[in-house]
Amino acid sequence: MAVRQRGWKKFFGFYLPLLGFTVFTLFPFYWMFITSIKPDQHLYNLRISPFWTTRPTLEHYQFLFQRTLFGHWLLNTLLVAVVSTAISLFCGILAGYALARLRFRWAGTLGTAIFITYLVPQTLLFIPLTGVVDFFHLLDTPWALIFTYPTFLIPFCTWLLMGYFKAIPRELEEYARIDGATRLQAMRKIVLPVAIPGILSAGIFAFTLSWNEFLYALVFLSSPQTKTIPVGVVSELMRGDVLFWGPLMAGALLGSVPVALIYSFFVEHYVAGLTGAVKG
Amino acid sequence: MAKQTLPESQVGVVSYPREVAAARPWSLAALRRRLATWLEDERVLFVLLVAPTLLILVAFLAIPFFWGVWLSVSDKVVGRPGAFVGLQNFFTILDSSIFRRTVQNTFVYTGIATIFKLVLGMALALLLNRHFRFNRLLRASMLLPWIVPTVLSTLAWLWIFDATYSVLNWILREIGLARLLWQLGIAPSPRGFVWLGTPGLAMGSVIAVNVWRGFPFFAITLLAGLQTIDPELHEAAEIDGAGGWARFWYITLPLLRPILTVVLLFSIIVTFADFQLVYVLTRGGPHNSTHLFATLAYQVGVISGKLGQGAAISLFMFPVLLLAVILQLRYIRRET
Repeated sequence: MAVRQRGWKKFFGFYLPLLGFTVFTLFPFYWMFITSIKPDQHLYNLRISPFWTTRPTLEHYQFLFQRTLFGHWLLNTLLVAVVSTAISLFCGILAGYALARLRFRWAGTLGTAIFITYLVPQTLLFIPLTGVVDFFHLLDTPWALIFTYPTFLIPFCTWLLMGYFKAIPRELEEYARIDGATRLQAMRKIVLPVAIPGILSAGIFAFTLSWNEFLYALVFLSSPQTKTIPVGVVSELMRGDVLFWGPLMAGALLGSVPVALIYSFFVEHYVAGLTGAVKG
Repeated sequence: MAKQTLPESQVGVVSYPREVAAARPWSLAALRRRLATWLEDERVLFVLLVAPTLLILVAFLAIPFFWGVWLSVSDKVVGRPGAFVGLQNFFTILDSSIFRRTVQNTFVYTGIATIFKLVLGMALALLLNRHFRFNRLLRASMLLPWIVPTVLSTLAWLWIFDATYSVLNWILREIGLARLLWQLGIAPSPRGFVWLGTPGLAMGSVIAVNVWRGFPFFAITLLAGLQTIDPELHEAAEIDGAGGWARFWYITLPLLRPILTVVLLFSIIVTFADFQLVYVLTRGGPHNSTHLFATLAYQVGVISGKLGQGAAISLFMFPVLLLAVILQLRYIRRET
């Protein structure tokens, strides 16, 4: 909208609201950061300004890695996110291709069913799911998460990739098949390379979703060394009445940095995944 | 494409000549050839391709659903097999004042948070749709609350709302507002508010954090919608004398309606079933004034170990979620 505004009108109608949004959105992150580098005697002193520190320190980060299992949690989170994303992409590519390309009587019904599962929140089924995971003897292992995260990742990947596959002209595949390629070969050599942006979007989105998941990890994992970052920080570092805000904020920041980094490298793909996921 | 349009000799792996396969019908080559032919059948391939997805969804979604329905009509507690008790759990739950409070909380939480997310998200989308320096950078950083792990960013808010060291209270004290609010009887002490320890205020704080986390999602998706609107429409309307508000109301809003509806329903589902924010900030307190369905289900089903009752509380969400899903489905069908 090329509305030209000048002077105070533009200031109050545009810059001020934008500044307000920026402060509101980013302040908690600044707060995390500044808290994590303040020495304790500044952190718990009400007389000095809390917005900066004159004596920055890394002691809270040191504490996090030496006195807690944060390193374990980091590796667990990474393992679970990578494997569950890989499983979900594999299943999502196959199912998305089948639903977008192959003629089958129940294809429509199945597509709808997968869309419905996409909208099932984790909080609806976590109690009975604990029983099922227990039945397979997976409780308190990374496998509990690796097998259950795909329940919300696969529907998303399938739905997103279906859109990409449908947009690829059928002729491309048919030429390959006339040249003697089988259906699977045509899919692997022709369709998949063209759909790479979609696969990347789905993968990035799935990775951040599983990195961020909390409820299943909270319920399925019990021993401290098997936990993921969100659960480890919240349950292991928040014991007792006195909370150690320095290490807590350091953990929160470090747990957020990987997804923020991935996001910053692939913003366009991420947003494509986001809007694609909504539009279907 | 019709099945078997290719000459049979070209189907599948050509490096295994026919004669070889015919001579030894059970050789590896023959099996591979047979498999290749079989895979050309669309129905066979379809079933094979969706099998892994179906396997996982049935094992970890469909079975838990039916197991949950069974749990909700049983008196199962941790470590002991349950017996069928009919609708006992549902009656017990409906009788409890905590549950009735939870129902009220959940609707208040979902309603207010959704309205704020919609309004703020729309406002931000309209701002970001203009041309200015650092637009891309700002747009990217605005989505941060939505992409970082919710419990971790909520921890920062827990610290912002801290009873003693709240930075909000510090600001109120510095600008002299805390004392004034105390003298007016609004704040409980000259030191400021107990954000998460006062029932109404606690709900307000939890809603604020939900809005903070959720409105960027509205903004970015609505922005994607705004960018598809032809600027000529606005120019034409402007020539006809339509003001900014009229153009928003009669051009932007109607054109955004499809994506707006989808985003709104999506957000309602997620907010209605929320767990993490409340778990970190208040655990449902003070005096159950912030319990949502999911946090109460966790409290009863996991902490107290009453799996039957916990599953039943979760299932109370089902009708509302089902309604939202049906609306969503109908809407998407109509669009495509």
